[in-house]
Amino acid sequence: MKIIVTIKEFPKEEYLLKGHATCAGCGPSIALRLLFKALGNKVILVVPACCTTVIQGPYPYTSFAVPLQNMLFEATGATCSGIVAALKVRGLEDITVVGWAGDGGTVDIGIQALSGAAERETNFIYVCYDNEAYGNTGLQRSGATPYGAWTTTTPTGKKERKKNMPLIMAAHKIPYVATACPSYPVDFVNKLRKAKEIRGTKYIHVLAPCPTGWRYDTSKTVEIGRLAVQTGMWALYEIEYGKFRLNPPSDRLIDKSKRKPVKEYLAMQERFRHLTDADIEKIQRWVDEDWEYYQKLASNECV
Amino acid sequence: MAQIIIDTANHIAGYAAKAARVKVVAAYPITPQTTIVEKIAEFVESGEMDAEYIRVESEHSAMAACIGAAAAGVRTFTATSAHGLALMHEALHWASGARLPIVMAVVNRAMGAPWSIWPDLSDSLSQRDTGWIQFYCADNQEVFDTIIQAYRLCEDERVFLPAMVCLEGFILSHTYMPVKIHDQEEIDAFLPPYKSGWILDVNNPFSHANLVSPEWYMEFRYMIQEAMENAKRLMPEIDKEYGRRFGFQYGGLIDKYRCEDADLIICTMGTMGCEAKVAVDNLRREGLKVGAARIRVYRPFPVEEVRKLALNARIIATIDRHTSFGMEGFLASEIKASLYHMEDRPLLAGLGGRDVTFKTIEEIAKKSLKWMKMGRVEKETVWVDLRE
Repeated sequence: MKIIVTIKEFPKEEYLLKGHATCAGCGPSIALRLLFKALGNKVILVVPACCTTVIQGPYPYTSFAVPLQNMLFEATGATCSGIVAALKVRGLEDITVVGWAGDGGTVDIGIQALSGAAERETNFIYVCYDNEAYGNTGLQRSGATPYGAWTTTTPTGKKERKKNMPLIMAAHKIPYVATACPSYPVDFVNKLRKAKEIRGTKYIHVLAPCPTGWRYDTSKTVEIGRLAVQTGMWALYEIEYGKFRLNPPSDRLIDKSKRKPVKEYLAMQERFRHLTDADIEKIQRWVDEDWEYYQKLASNECV
Repeated sequence: MAQIIIDTANHIAGYAAKAARVKVVAAYPITPQTTIVEKIAEFVESGEMDAEYIRVESEHSAMAACIGAAAAGVRTFTATSAHGLALMHEALHWASGARLPIVMAVVNRAMGAPWSIWPDLSDSLSQRDTGWIQFYCADNQEVFDTIIQAYRLCEDERVFLPAMVCLEGFILSHTYMPVKIHDQEEIDAFLPPYKSGWILDVNNPFSHANLVSPEWYMEFRYMIQEAMENAKRLMPEIDKEYGRRFGFQYGGLIDKYRCEDADLIICTMGTMGCEAKVAVDNLRREGLKVGAARIRVYRPFPVEEVRKLALNARIIATIDRHTSFGMEGFLASEIKASLYHMEDRPLLAGLGGRDVTFKTIEEIAKKSLKWMKMGRVEKETVWVDLRE
């Protein structure tokens, strides 16, 4: 596989068409556009209940130039298993099956079907686009909502930490797990291209900033995503056949002094505005601990 | 070549899935269904059956995988019971709404709490309104034949709906009976390759089952109702053709026995239908004019045929192995509803019991005949053999 170096090398074709129904500044829709650029249109997409249910546009219209099966909230993994099996029967194994689900549909209600599909070594790519809340239903807390964040069901801030789904998937010993963020499009596209070449279950977890839910100006989506990575709140890495590797620019952030303080990321979002200094210190400490763990993973001290 | 084998209805359901050339099976174990999916696993791993077998982690996922596979263009099969079926509930609606002709064997088992593994029909009857065609079988041969017939019906372009083929746990599931497995070439001639109304196709991309406004939703529901009506019309023809080809037929929607001149008609579903026939013969020997009607296709409900049956009858006794708490058995309610617009409708008594043998049915018949002579039923619903 040829590694793409700049966005100028991306295909010109667009498979996310004009007229889709996202909020202004939607991070997930940037990720979706990149997904199609990376994988082309020989793709069957399975979409459970999530923002993309609305993004695609209502019947009888669609803004996607690939076939799309809308599906039950918790059933993405199993549905993909069924499609993959049928395509194998029909000799159409050159088609890439992609589960494209939000964080609620992945880390909460959909975790069982996803775990089952991974354990069965279903040959597909599962992408979780994580905007850290149930966006489509009006911003309720999910298992992926970070500590302290305001949501409509955590009006004084979430009291628990974010579930670490990529490492849960890595524990399934699937051949490829990666994290991404649409603010780093080349990284994301290369990861998808790599995932397409690998046989088995591939899991990519995309942090996808959401101005509607995170409460920031719609022009700042890319900037917020960058800050998530630069502060170390979100790390870009991949685990290929069990081998953990931090990807640029996260690979340069093991040294704490290279990371921006998490406060810079938190301060840009109104969902965190009620946090006390003690809360912010706690979040900073957790992020630092995460990075100590990443360092161990990167040096193969543990998996 | 056709062959006669002696086996349980569960294994026979596996033989039927093989004979139907099912291409994807997704299943999860539950008593008393398990031996169906075990049999299919044997067939697939020995190479006798050319299919992909997805060993899912729940029944919800079993149905989701069947939906995915059917949407991607192949014939699918699954099987479940009781709590597994209840867990599928949401996906059952999705399968019928998506108009995918999936066929599923349901081995009827009572719902908990308390835990029970023994049969009643409340698991599948609770799924009455999911848009699935429902068959209820009376013996192992019918299980085989109905699975083949169900694919033919479901994949008819005038139908495109999924179907449950229900068989009672243990009474059929684990009981050995001789069954004729028909010649494969003849089955292939009766059941052409898989057909569905739409397919996930990269060359013709569209968004399936996306958000529909109220402006269109009702039309989609109406189309399912129309498909059900079509199924009701087509099923007797399919059953007749099957009878001509294979020598087995089941009365289409209702298996009727000595009903022509009957004063009392005993309505049942499932294996009780066999016991009812024995009871009818015994009662006829006593000079009592009794007939039996076994509702074989419960959805679509054979309203018109029930009315025809009721034309000459003076009383109908329905026996439900199920109840809708706070009301009565569905069979009683639906037969009553079917008769509502008849000017001269017969009396109706609803009864239900635990192990309904021909002896129980004879008692039920005698009580019903007494009410018929009185001109009124003393009790609309009777729980037969209930401990005080």
